[in-house]
Amino acid sequence: METDINIKIIDRDGVTHKVEAPTNMAMNLMEVVRSYELAPEGTIGVCGGMAMCASCQCYVLSDTQLPEMQDDEEAMLSEAFYVKDNSRLGCQIQMTPAMEGLEVELAPES
Amino acid sequence: MIKTDILIIGAGPTGLFTVFEAGLLKLKCHLIDALPQPGGQCSEIYPKKPIYDIPAYPEILAGDLTDKLLEQSKQFEPGFTLGERAETIDKQDDGTFIVTTNKGTKHHAPVVAIASGLGSFEPRKPLIHNIADYEDKGVEYMIKEPEFYRNKKVVIAGGGDSALDWSIFLSDVASEVTLIHRRNEFRGHLDSVEKVQALKTARKINLITPAEVIGINGHSKVEFIVVKQLKPEEREFRINCDHFVPLFGLSPKLGPIANWGLEIEKNAIKVNNALDYQTNIPGIFAIGDGNTYPGKLKLILCGFHEATLMCQAAYQIINPGKRYVLKYTTVSGVDGFDGTRKEAPKAVVKAIQ
Repeated sequence: METDINIKIIDRDGVTHKVEAPTNMAMNLMEVVRSYELAPEGTIGVCGGMAMCASCQCYVLSDTQLPEMQDDEEAMLSEAFYVKDNSRLGCQIQMTPAMEGLEVELAPES
Repeated sequence: MIKTDILIIGAGPTGLFTVFEAGLLKLKCHLIDALPQPGGQCSEIYPKKPIYDIPAYPEILAGDLTDKLLEQSKQFEPGFTLGERAETIDKQDDGTFIVTTNKGTKHHAPVVAIASGLGSFEPRKPLIHNIADYEDKGVEYMIKEPEFYRNKKVVIAGGGDSALDWSIFLSDVASEVTLIHRRNEFRGHLDSVEKVQALKTARKINLITPAEVIGINGHSKVEFIVVKQLKPEEREFRINCDHFVPLFGLSPKLGPIANWGLEIEKNAIKVNNALDYQTNIPGIFAIGDGNTYPGKLKLILCGFHEATLMCQAAYQIINPGKRYVLKYTTVSGVDGFDGTRKEAPKAVVKAIQ
């Protein structure tokens, strides 16, 4: 579908998944991961997407221009574990046409 | 031994509403929850956030929803075992169950309803390689009894409300309080942040930011921790202390329920959704976010529905063969176990002259 974008997600076992994500359903990256069941239910998106649990932390591998980090995401990442310079919370990355070609790796469960 | 009709594991919205529906059927409930207060995720993770899909509430704060549910079921006098996690379940010869918590509290009931959501909330532990060796030997992940820290040297790590609030509280109790956080900004209520600022200025709290604890040391108990400060220049140093309390929030884990012999799929308990939300073990039901079946949606409103149907099945188990028909609260009113009665006012019968 023309509203879909192509993104690449490396799951926690290191397997790469090329998936299509709709841009017109107000979905975020965490929800895309859940919709394709790339991480077991209950291990991702625990807080539902409020930037309050960091279970959807991922490392951004592509040079995609991402939405700027808001205070609550920055605060959550500062308390999360396994954080790297390219860490983001999947729930704060909306699927828009600008995310075409995004590549991410899911951070370990903690 | 605590005895009840329906033992509910999990005091979130689904568990709390079960108390009301069971009460209408004259069944008593007791709830176990690992958290120290009822409400589950609604009170632990997002009490101040609004929910928009509770029927008839265009908007309600999660904390307020908890309060309303408690108020609604109050006359059915639910019992609570809070701050304890359901650990084991033993089926008795007569088909009833004994559920024991991690603190040894025993509960006896003919029906068990697991309303555990995503699981019991366990503290998130920082990645310090030997931290497990010091658990209960100076490392605690939650503060249960503040007096325990009287005249002790305490280091707290974390950047949220609990780290701020406990630092404030313990500054009057402990001999020394150090608060360490990975960045200069804290996420908490404004007055908590301001209070810590004031206590820091008054030298009652030793604030170290941006920094993190990277090591723990001591012979048989915590004697000092190693801190890595990131700015203004990177350096490592020791802080002598009696207690290290990392407060990095909680994450839900299915926990011991996973070993109860229940059929589990996708971290949730499989139930019969065509009938009564019973699990593969007769007498044990699973309702709310913690169960799964084809088409399952993890919504509070779905939990309410599941709880209601489950109570009908529980009635049949507890009162085999006893007749019952569904009654409407508007018609029959609500008779509490505490002797109260709610009922619709009678219509006025009076002639108009």
